Amino acid sequence: MDLAFFLIQLLNGLQYGLLLFLVASGLTLIFGIMGIINLAHGSFYMLGAYLAWSLASMTNSLVAAIALGVVLTVLLGIALEWLLIRHFYERDHLYQVLLTYGLILVFEEMRSVIWGDDVHGVPVPDLLAYSIPLTENLSYPVYRLVISAVCLLLALAMYLLIARTCLGMMIRAGSSNREMAQSLGINIKLVYMLIFALGVALAGFAGMINAPLSSVFPNMGGGVLIICFVVVVIGGIGSVKGAMVASLLIGLAETFGQVLVPEVAGMIVYLLMAAVLVWRPEGLFRKL
Amino acid sequence: MRAGGRFLNLALLLALAGLIAFPLAGSTFYTQLFTKIMIMAIFAMSLDLLVGYTGLISFGHAAFYGLAGYALALMVPKYEAASLWWTLPATMTVCAAFALVTGALVLRTRGIFFIMVTLAFAQMLFFVFHDTKIGGGSDGIYIYNKPHLRLGETALLDLEKLEHFYYLVLALMVLVFLLLRRLLGSTFGRALVGIKENEHRMRALGFPAFRYKLAAYVLSGALGGLSGYLAAVQFGFVNPEIISWHQSGAVLMMVILGGMGTLYGPVIGAFAFVLMQELFSNQAWFGAYAKHWQLAMGLAIILVAVYLPRGLAGLLQKTGHKADAGEPAADADGTQEGAHG
Repeated sequence: MDLAFFLIQLLNGLQYGLLLFLVASGLTLIFGIMGIINLAHGSFYMLGAYLAWSLASMTNSLVAAIALGVVLTVLLGIALEWLLIRHFYERDHLYQVLLTYGLILVFEEMRSVIWGDDVHGVPVPDLLAYSIPLTENLSYPVYRLVISAVCLLLALAMYLLIARTCLGMMIRAGSSNREMAQSLGINIKLVYMLIFALGVALAGFAGMINAPLSSVFPNMGGGVLIICFVVVVIGGIGSVKGAMVASLLIGLAETFGQVLVPEVAGMIVYLLMAAVLVWRPEGLFRKL
Repeated sequence: MRAGGRFLNLALLLALAGLIAFPLAGSTFYTQLFTKIMIMAIFAMSLDLLVGYTGLISFGHAAFYGLAGYALALMVPKYEAASLWWTLPATMTVCAAFALVTGALVLRTRGIFFIMVTLAFAQMLFFVFHDTKIGGGSDGIYIYNKPHLRLGETALLDLEKLEHFYYLVLALMVLVFLLLRRLLGSTFGRALVGIKENEHRMRALGFPAFRYKLAAYVLSGALGGLSGYLAAVQFGFVNPEIISWHQSGAVLMMVILGGMGTLYGPVIGAFAFVLMQELFSNQAWFGAYAKHWQLAMGLAIILVAVYLPRGLAGLLQKTGHKADAGEPAADADGTQEGAHG
């Protein structure tokens, strides 16, 4: 493996990992703070991708499509939390699993009713549709670098939100003790609603920006959901920092696995998870 | 045990009588469908032993179901029928052994981590069969001949015949139900429920909790293997999809939908789950919407999650307590209803 090839795989792995972080960070917050096991999280990723495709073909602009799409996913998150999720905070995890499994079926079939079952491609915006040459015959697409940069910026924004803002303080308070936070006058219901909407929007956004790379196809949420649960468990439940470390770990492991040991590539992620859990049964990091 | 109640026992016996008479109606399609459902019911009961009684939520139970299918496909000779007398115990032994080894590892974790590690082992098994040539890769293997069931020289059942296979599966389903009910009523079963409620207390009382959990895990794996064996015999075909997380998810849904920790609940859940699929994808009734059957199915599941805190079995218990007016009404309404709204 020469250096340019190695560099390309490294960048691909990091980009994939950063994308996983967007989906997994929402999942870990919803689980760690609200105590909800959300199997439908992959569906939000799928919905994001389909929104990007259909809105981009309407507006002829991926940026406009993403802006509109983010608004729609936030609204969807608020509506879902208000209608269903908030009635399940005190319920056994298993009924949350049942509820969100039902939601997967509903979202997947709504997708089929509205957009059909075909595979679609989303063009990369013209401005970003070129590659940086690395050697004579190897080059790297700029769009992937842009995705990585956007994901990093969002990760930084999330860190600042949680560590430095008033809302972040409420989130941290709510995560360590719901009753206490509530009796100190924090509107925990509103905080939970915002966290859920944030999680939905992040997953949707990941689907949107990745649509030009992955294309858009039915059941695309399932694979992402399972991998993101692996990320959450390796990183430690409720830990955003852990989600970042685990996402990059999984992204690199899977990318290099497919190149170096293609026969067992599918297994690597799960072997990694089993190994981490034998070593640290609670994941790598604790809380936020 | 809240399994009691005259109404409930009567309902179960009536349902059994219905199932015994069912093939007489003579519909090939529905006899096959009900056979498939009863196989899923065995699968769901084996998972209920873990989820409903021991408090171990496995999201990788399809590992045993799929491993059994592959074990059968790989151990039978290609062009002649093997005997059920040795293939079934051998398959279940393979699954029990797999459960013993993986159980010793996964039972060190708890809660959500247990859910994920069981998933991880199932996924690894999935990729072993999907990415290597052991079991024909992603194409899978055909099982050309159904096993034969003979005593000496006389054939007891001919599994190629739909009705014979139907009654074998029905008998095994009832047997598994009675075995588990008996077992769970014993000290062993009560200890499992105790571990579910409070493991520390059970250990302080001197019960070796880990060994109890491992025993339950191995038994559950072997019974899951039984269902996988029967499914492989019915379809004559195995591929990696039978180990996928969709399969593990579906059986978990059957257990929760039906009502966990009751044994008959998961049976009801298996029937409800598969029959709902059939109902909502019925073109004669739903016309063009039949293609989108998952929408109705998803909404039905959401309604159960919101309105039936104990699954479908809870509904039956409620009716049962109203019918058995003489008996003291236990907590059939569930303690969780207060959490609504």
